[in-house]
Amino acid sequence: MAEERRLSLDPSRQSRIAPGLERMADWPWWLIVAILIGLVVVFQVVTNQRMSVIFGAIAAGIGVTIRVTLSAYFLAVIIGLFVGLARVSSNRVILNIASFYVEVVRGVPILVLLMYIAFVAVPLLVTGINGLGGRLGIETALGAALAKVSTRNISNELRVIIGLAVAYGAFESEIFRAGIQSIERGQMEAARALGMSYVQAMRYVILPQAVRRVLPALGNDFVAMLKDSSLVSVLGVEDITQLTKLYAASTFLFFQSYSILAFIYLTMTVLLSRGVRTLETRLSAHRR
Amino acid sequence: MTMQPDSSSPSPEAAPPVGMIVIRDLVKKFHGIPAVAGVSFTVGAGKVVVIIGPSGSGKSTVLRCINHLETPTSGEIWVDGIKLTHNNKDINAVRAEVGMVFQQFNLFPHLTAIGNITLAQKIVRKRGEQEARRVAHEQLERVGIPEKADAYPGQLSGGQQQRVAIARALAMNPKIMLFDEPTSALDPEMIKEVLDVMLKLAKEGMTMAVVSHEMGFARNAADEIIFMDRGAIVERESPANFFQNPHEERTRQFLSQILH
Repeated sequence: MAEERRLSLDPSRQSRIAPGLERMADWPWWLIVAILIGLVVVFQVVTNQRMSVIFGAIAAGIGVTIRVTLSAYFLAVIIGLFVGLARVSSNRVILNIASFYVEVVRGVPILVLLMYIAFVAVPLLVTGINGLGGRLGIETALGAALAKVSTRNISNELRVIIGLAVAYGAFESEIFRAGIQSIERGQMEAARALGMSYVQAMRYVILPQAVRRVLPALGNDFVAMLKDSSLVSVLGVEDITQLTKLYAASTFLFFQSYSILAFIYLTMTVLLSRGVRTLETRLSAHRR
Repeated sequence: MTMQPDSSSPSPEAAPPVGMIVIRDLVKKFHGIPAVAGVSFTVGAGKVVVIIGPSGSGKSTVLRCINHLETPTSGEIWVDGIKLTHNNKDINAVRAEVGMVFQQFNLFPHLTAIGNITLAQKIVRKRGEQEARRVAHEQLERVGIPEKADAYPGQLSGGQQQRVAIARALAMNPKIMLFDEPTSALDPEMIKEVLDVMLKLAKEGMTMAVVSHEMGFARNAADEIIFMDRGAIVERESPANFFQNPHEERTRQFLSQILH
């Protein structure tokens, strides 16, 4: 009786019942399955003539996807940084303008925002620029140039980049605001007490710390931006999603086309996540 | 046309009052509640003033008004003859001349000790990298931890961090040093190393205003002790008189609580 109880309490004894099974239960099975599926897709693309044709047709859009993602993310981070700073400003006017932007953009679906910017905001802006050119007079070089700008000059790709940047700028600004507000008040006081201006203190003391703190969140949004760049297909921009839509519709090879598309996105997001994590580790080296 | 300076309402051209720090009728209210209610005192050049008092007596607020970390509700403050106004340029100029040491050290955690000490030198004092580093090493030597130049704040003990903070302030060549409870967040065995540095500074002739509960330091280093309670000065005395025969009942009560 006593022997039995001791046996059941000893974990090393318990695992001896089926040592192999016990250890296998801890394996990351999801990862193994994912890698296997990935290998199957790669094998198919390499060996199967038809699959490699589909892959080639879709992969032609990778450049556009990457270009849209990078430029929109770059712009979004810059917008986010300045709007984030505005959101912690003590100037009521700046604060309210920034809050208006953030709350409006966050309350509208990205898809709707994209279409709004592409079909409403950009044409309105062009009309405004034309009007400004007319005011300056078409005789002047600048006036003539401004008056000549046409909606058609602005490609759909540029419009969706602006749209995504405006949408994500609101999210990034919230990340920056949270990061700035998470820095202890004493940091700003110490910097100011040393004679630094508010801007200098922000630039050299607060932001370097805040950015390190929010890097994981910024990295997440980079990956999210890569995925949301697929929305640009709605406006006919030929990224990988749009090319897949076109290819599948014309060949009826839906299963193969969309499998390859998902595979490409997954590969890119996994690689990107790893890259972001490496960067995080390197930048937080001083926190030992 | 000559104008006679009127003592009750000094004209802008009137000579600034004598003294490194001159405070007149300082009032600071937080949401309408006065934390400092009419405080006036002067700290002469090279003098050490220790401000003591129970918590909530407004002593830290007075100190923080001197370099405008708190904006006074009313009253006048002169620092080395410059009158503090709401003009940001003046405030930054004065702050560069006034070093401050905080209870929580407030070192910049993303920079090494050297990085902490050189940053403001470079961007406020406009010194080159080489000169800033040279000054930083000198100051680390002065506070007794030259070997910690490349350590990050997280790798230093509390006492070492506070000494780096003192070195950071000294590197700006301030005319005045303000200490806001510099040893209150330290483990007992680290208090002495910080007080020793402060004592050394006092002996070297630095003008200092210190908010502290360290009675030993007050006794040894202070030229004058100011006892505050409820936002007002209760008593101003030399250390000897303050500890031996305080005039006010409130002072005696306070001293009996803290001197065992």
